[in-house]
Amino acid sequence: MNLSFTKQTLANGLDVLLHEDHDCPIVAINVWYHVGSKNERPGHTGFAHLFEHLMFEGSAHHDHGYFQPLQGAGASLNGSTNSDRTNYWEVVPTAALELGLWMESDRMGYLLPALTEAKFSNQRAVVLNERRQNYENRPYGLSAMAILAALFPPDHPYHWTTIGEVADLNAVRLDEVHAFFARYYHPANASLTLAGDIDPDQALALVRAYFEDIPAGENVEPVRAAASLDRDVRILLEDRVELPRLCMAWLSAAMFTEGDADLDLAADLLANGKTSRLYRRLVFEERIATDVSASQNSREIGGYVQLAATSAPGHALGELERVILEEIGRLGADGPTDDEIERGRVQAEAQFVFRLQTVGGFGGKSDQLNAYNVFLGDPAYFDRDLQRYCSVTNRSLQQTVRRYFDPARRVTLSIVPRGRIELAAPDSVPAVVS
Amino acid sequence: MTDRLVTIDRSRLPEPGPSGPVRFPAIERSALPNGLNVWTVRHAQVPVVACSLLIRRGASSDPAGKHGLAAMTADMLDEGSGDRSAIEIHEAIARLGTQLETDIGSDGIVAGFTVLARFVDRALALLADVVVRPAMRDGDMARVRQLRLHRLTQLRDVPSAIADRAFLGLIYGEHPYGHAPIGTELALASMTVDDVRAFHERAIRPSVATLIAVGDCDHAAIHQMALDVFGGWHGAAADGEPGDPALPQPPRLSIVPRARAPQSELRIGHVAVARDTPDYHALVTANMVLGGQFSSRINLNLREDKGVTYGARTAFDFRRRPGPFVLQVGVQTSATAQSIAESIGEISAMVSTRPITVEELRLAAASLTRGYARNFETADQIARAAAQLALYDLPDTSFAEFVPRIERLTTEEVTAAMARHLHASRLVTVVVGDYDAVGADLDRLGLGDPVILSPETF
Repeated sequence: MNLSFTKQTLANGLDVLLHEDHDCPIVAINVWYHVGSKNERPGHTGFAHLFEHLMFEGSAHHDHGYFQPLQGAGASLNGSTNSDRTNYWEVVPTAALELGLWMESDRMGYLLPALTEAKFSNQRAVVLNERRQNYENRPYGLSAMAILAALFPPDHPYHWTTIGEVADLNAVRLDEVHAFFARYYHPANASLTLAGDIDPDQALALVRAYFEDIPAGENVEPVRAAASLDRDVRILLEDRVELPRLCMAWLSAAMFTEGDADLDLAADLLANGKTSRLYRRLVFEERIATDVSASQNSREIGGYVQLAATSAPGHALGELERVILEEIGRLGADGPTDDEIERGRVQAEAQFVFRLQTVGGFGGKSDQLNAYNVFLGDPAYFDRDLQRYCSVTNRSLQQTVRRYFDPARRVTLSIVPRGRIELAAPDSVPAVVS
Repeated sequence: MTDRLVTIDRSRLPEPGPSGPVRFPAIERSALPNGLNVWTVRHAQVPVVACSLLIRRGASSDPAGKHGLAAMTADMLDEGSGDRSAIEIHEAIARLGTQLETDIGSDGIVAGFTVLARFVDRALALLADVVVRPAMRDGDMARVRQLRLHRLTQLRDVPSAIADRAFLGLIYGEHPYGHAPIGTELALASMTVDDVRAFHERAIRPSVATLIAVGDCDHAAIHQMALDVFGGWHGAAADGEPGDPALPQPPRLSIVPRARAPQSELRIGHVAVARDTPDYHALVTANMVLGGQFSSRINLNLREDKGVTYGARTAFDFRRRPGPFVLQVGVQTSATAQSIAESIGEISAMVSTRPITVEELRLAAASLTRGYARNFETADQIARAAAQLALYDLPDTSFAEFVPRIERLTTEEVTAAMARHLHASRLVTVVVGDYDAVGADLDRLGLGDPVILSPETF
């Protein structure tokens, strides 16, 4: 398997990756800026994501909104912000490549002259509504905030979520946008990938024409922060839910580091899908839970692995916790079966092949090339990335589980229906979530 | 220093050239003696095959009093087969590196896998195991029914789910489209494994089924595999398409109270039009202007001008029989009545004071046609498109005709089509929100006294 590409770095520091795929007459334009909520400070949370919204409000030479000309050319487009990066993409018909580059380069080079107080306050209001919709007015919607706040200390940038705190969003001022743009939104902190129906020489010439004149900015220093837990932090949230849910989280490996792939497979075999150990035990056999899930959330300077299970009516979260700890202990003691390892590898292979099917959008080939380039400086990492999963052994997985799933150092969050604190796991204290 | 091969001009946007014609890949077709259609599309760029089985019976075939039966039956398919237990079937699927995807709509059920091409024979055999010979044991049924009941319990706290179900119930009443596929707690509680077996016997039959395989595969080989594993499947499905029962005359404004909700979830619409309408292309295009994409009138109004929502969307849900037109939006509580008035105003203006302009039509048509090819990039996308042809009896030329038909539309045609199918006076509005905070404002909308619906009903 191969994800072929060429890479050039322009004089202003912009990395340009090109991948040819002529099966469909479309081109994916994908830009990553190496900035996310990790670059925020306490009191200023939610800023990177709010800034992403402003990138769709027009730039100096086209100050009429970002979507209309591109949608009018048949493009689909979007953007997203996480803790470590902000990405923007368009999938355009082949003939609209130049339009897409015009638009992306104009907002990379000339965003600020078009930015007004009115646009700024409008998008702040939109973001507050995004927060209401996706967090506040959604069952279990505040759980990520509680987990992150308990896992990472207040001065660690993974302490807060990307959406940010309401008070911080309300306090932010337009002049902060200027400083943020100057610091993070420049070619040397960005990576541009074109994937799809391109002629590489012509495409590179277009990229040079549109991006080469944008001045380089100063290098962004890597963020450094450490986290450790020395106990079982037991917290609870009362929420507008019918069924209680238990979330357990442990600090774990950063992305692409040792243990990361093992933890991905461990999460799957513990709690994802109907063959997983916890689904079998909690949902299928004992029927004390209605769903289970797990994920290794690997980030650039750290990670956390999380398990969640929702109680069936009449069952308190303490019951679920006992079974979950028992199954983790058994996996650590005996390791996985050969069949589990084989299934995990096949699933990894299938997922990697499936990812080769599309050039654009979130998770498409262009997005993956930028991920490898931005986080590792190595866009050729696709094969080695798959190899990480193929090299997981019974023993490495077992050792990784023993190393990370320490029952004495974790966060245990109970989310219970309002007024039903007795359903929480024992000895939990209310979490503070703003 | 750079050799400039391109001159750039930031004083105006580059005008993209035309997109080439979209050629939907050819569908090869055959049928088994039992009536099962076998359709394949060769799309061999990546060693993957998407295999799915479309059954042209869905939640609208749920018997009265047994709402949720079609979905329950679909859910029971992979809970064991023949002598094999549910766990054994789940493990067999997991060994292919995939999972069974089932999708249940009003008019159809789709069950299938996407697999690495080397597994296609095993995937088809497993698909036949689960569809043709599901074990449907009593004990598994009790477990699955309980899980679905728990899911319904949880949905009581999901504002968008409450709004969807309340809206469908109001506009369709007892019509087969009036309930969500998951059904109701009352119906599920009394549902038995015999009900599920009877539904399987009546609906999941080769006479209404189409097997679709898209990817790195060959028609003759797929046909032979299908014959081997689906050949022993027999029977004709019972009729599933009664005539259109009378629709209710719902109140114009209803609210499901949700105390202290920070947002109101809104649905605004009415029963509109079926997939086979000659106005299909005009309506799809007009909807792009109204609320079908980011740069549409309603989204620009509520999000980019007023800032009261994260996003608003409208859609015609085209089905075998007339499906709903609906606006879906969550708005901050303080802007509830204002957003309803603005939305109804935008919908009504499309067919009265502000009909679609030439420029709007040009942009909407371009956004649908120029990027049309990207709808057929992956095996899954092509399989889904082929399933649309099978589900709605559309000709193969549908995809090739899409672009030229949109490009030929005039503003008069588009406005006339909207006027035929969208009626501001018939719009039904559902609010899931904080009644104490919004009630007084709702009274002033001129939509009559809001009818208060109990959250327990949904």
